[in-house]
Amino acid sequence: MPQVHFKENAASVVETLPDGTTVHRTCSAGIGCHNLGCGIKVHVKDGTITKIEGDEENPITQGRLCVRCLTALDYEYHEDRILYPMRRAREDRGLDRWERISWDEALDEIITRYQQTVEEYGIGAVSVWCGTGREASQIHFQMANDVFGTVNAVHPNSGWSCIVPRMAAMLWTMGSSYIEADNAIGFPDRYDDPRWECPKHMLIWGRDPLRSNPDGLFGHSIIDMMKRGMKLIVADPRVNWLATRAEVHLQLRPGTDAALALGLLNVVITEDLYDHDFVERWTYGFDQLAERVAEYPVDRVAGICEVDAEDIRTAARCIAERPSTLSMGLAVDQNPNTLQIGHALLSLFAITGNMDIPGGCFMGLPPIFAGMAENAPSEEEAGEPEGLAKFGNIGVEPLGHDRYPAMSAIVNTTHPDATLDVLETDVPYKIHFAYLFGHNSISCMVPQPKRWLEAMRKIDFVAAADLFMTPTLMGVADIVLPAATFFEKEGYVSNNNASQPGQLGAIIPCIEPEGECRADLEIMLELHRRLYPNSTKPGWASPSDFIDGQLSKMRGVDATYDDLCEHVVGQYEIEYKKYEKGLLRSDGAPGFNTPTGRIELYSTVLQRLGDDPLPYYLEPKFSKISRPDLAEDYPLTVTTGARRFTSFHSENRQIERLREIHRWPTALVHPATAQACGIEDGAWICVENQLGRVRMKAQVSPTVKEDVVACDHGWWLPEADAEDLFEVFEYNVNNLIPHEENGPLGFGTHYKSMPCRISVAE
Amino acid sequence: MTQYGLLIDNEYCTGCHSCEIACQNEHGLPGDQWGIKVLELGPIKLLEAKKWEWRYIPSLTSYCDLCQERTEAGKQPSCVHHCLAQAIQYGPVDELAEKMAEKGCMASLLIP
Repeated sequence: MPQVHFKENAASVVETLPDGTTVHRTCSAGIGCHNLGCGIKVHVKDGTITKIEGDEENPITQGRLCVRCLTALDYEYHEDRILYPMRRAREDRGLDRWERISWDEALDEIITRYQQTVEEYGIGAVSVWCGTGREASQIHFQMANDVFGTVNAVHPNSGWSCIVPRMAAMLWTMGSSYIEADNAIGFPDRYDDPRWECPKHMLIWGRDPLRSNPDGLFGHSIIDMMKRGMKLIVADPRVNWLATRAEVHLQLRPGTDAALALGLLNVVITEDLYDHDFVERWTYGFDQLAERVAEYPVDRVAGICEVDAEDIRTAARCIAERPSTLSMGLAVDQNPNTLQIGHALLSLFAITGNMDIPGGCFMGLPPIFAGMAENAPSEEEAGEPEGLAKFGNIGVEPLGHDRYPAMSAIVNTTHPDATLDVLETDVPYKIHFAYLFGHNSISCMVPQPKRWLEAMRKIDFVAAADLFMTPTLMGVADIVLPAATFFEKEGYVSNNNASQPGQLGAIIPCIEPEGECRADLEIMLELHRRLYPNSTKPGWASPSDFIDGQLSKMRGVDATYDDLCEHVVGQYEIEYKKYEKGLLRSDGAPGFNTPTGRIELYSTVLQRLGDDPLPYYLEPKFSKISRPDLAEDYPLTVTTGARRFTSFHSENRQIERLREIHRWPTALVHPATAQACGIEDGAWICVENQLGRVRMKAQVSPTVKEDVVACDHGWWLPEADAEDLFEVFEYNVNNLIPHEENGPLGFGTHYKSMPCRISVAE
Repeated sequence: MTQYGLLIDNEYCTGCHSCEIACQNEHGLPGDQWGIKVLELGPIKLLEAKKWEWRYIPSLTSYCDLCQERTEAGKQPSCVHHCLAQAIQYGPVDELAEKMAEKGCMASLLIP
């Protein structure tokens, strides 16, 4: 069974220095990151934070901090932070005409507008929106269901192109909720634990973990393991820094990932490098897979991907040496071919015997995150019905699931792209009410952001909680609520809600909130209190009460929020080879949590959902091969989404010390292409295609292929005119990304591979 | 008097800039002043096929006092403490020189 370790003899939670300064230990979350839970020591004097330091007691970060946490004070005390509830007339959307109101006025109006909406138009007209994986997204789906009573939780990332497609491949084909590279994160002695083995190779696929710290993985743990002898294989269209330290860099043409993964499988099977015993005992459909990958001989794949055939062979031979591990990133999701890329890569590590072994691919336990694939409370609760139950909404599917039925098998939000169609057409019904948690969609996740802005403006009433005024709030909100930072609130951090081993820690408030800021969770509890004054539901009395409820759902965790606070941070340990011990399936039988009980190289789930049961390659729909007509006008390929140390998506843009490091939205352009287009390093350029255009600063660099332009994402200028929406449409690269060009089951889109041309900007 | 310095592992310095901000925090420097600054060599594609030169090279300025206050209190200099790649070591230069020789490549020894 999983177990929790707390460090004995750890430093005290609060220490007082001779000058009266108190030093508080806590875990970070949601300034500039996912809930990674980096250890922080916060110096407080007279109620004000005077200094931030890394907490060397944290077993994972060991005192280390990135620039986003190191500038957390610049953020906490920034003059632009929203400190009070504000209101604006609906006709003033887009105009900087806010008036300060009280919390009571704000909450009363939200509740009145919500109740009017439900009465006049029904519960379907209510929507609850959230941005990427932050603390608020831990509670987003649940609050949509339990507080607002709607199934229409919205995460409008085209094709749900963030984590969910990868998770679908993991769950449906491998029978595990989340699979991540094993970095000894659950062991108190970390890499020195004798049960852990250093991977011989890590395949890093479409990911730059040093900058992105994806979903609970501390990116620099890769450096820790490289120092212990681990070698890298990197598959990325860019020569990122890790690629220069790799044994093999597969610099593939953007979007051709599935072909490359099938080519690697071809080598492993053709050269008989796979683990016959594991394949025999634990997998389903090997012969069919072998037949399929025979269609992808290495020379063909090398041609499709523009990669040397010999490099593909070398990479496959490295991966076949056990133990080897896989770290696959967002590029897997941001592709309509996404399920096949995930399926093929995971199959590669399965047949080479690398699943759930020390130093291999760690298979996670359920649950993954709150609300994921559990559409509704299953049991009747005492007292008057609340949330979904009050509105007869249990089992009702969110918008767009009629067109994309596979969504229901993995996530209980609306289908992202179908949501725009609903907003634009009012079919099957009109959305009249929206509540937004930390959600800057217009600057970041949605493709065709102008269309989304216009569509969101049709919603009669929009309330939003956030820390700063963003283009999205300025564009659409009627009421803005000031959200609290992690210095000001209670919370918890875990690695994918204890699906994976790793940190289990407390976010402990160490100062009073600035102005009248409140935590997202507190706002939700308060709305719940006002909507359901007679509620007797357990876990809703206070933030810590609620957190206790969340912790109690984690297998093997017998700790409350108070326990976490006493220790600040612990580690959650999960054992290896769970498939041998009956720990992956709910019936307790050995095997994997799939219909056949085996790893499904031939996926009965994908087959049932109407897709090909075996992985296959889809040529990117807008590539020069698919669309030579477009290529005449737009001969280059634009790819986006690579991260910088200085921001978390669209966040941190107002932090001057971070802008000093990376000042402008930037496009990497190959020297030969720059010369051909008359572009000098540092020049403003225009990147455009058939869908739109964007301005970027050119960084001339040999790290991209000659015909690829790699653009920053999530840019807006907080210093620009608020009523020009901070010039977001000048700098948001998603102007060039299409709406609803998803894969067969509704997942993935073309954030990584669209045609473009570039020129010096006027 | 023993001379102290910083040993940089240029093989693993990832260019994360944490040292720069940690130093500014410790010394109360504004965003355009540095006690340590990360310079960049490359990326350059080498003549040998598929090999690259890309090093981040932290350098010290005259603001750097090797965090005397911190080290006197038994703590590591702020850049060392916060370095994400744990690529900076503090110590007497003769000891650091030995470690540098042991590493044998891609390292630099700095004194302010």
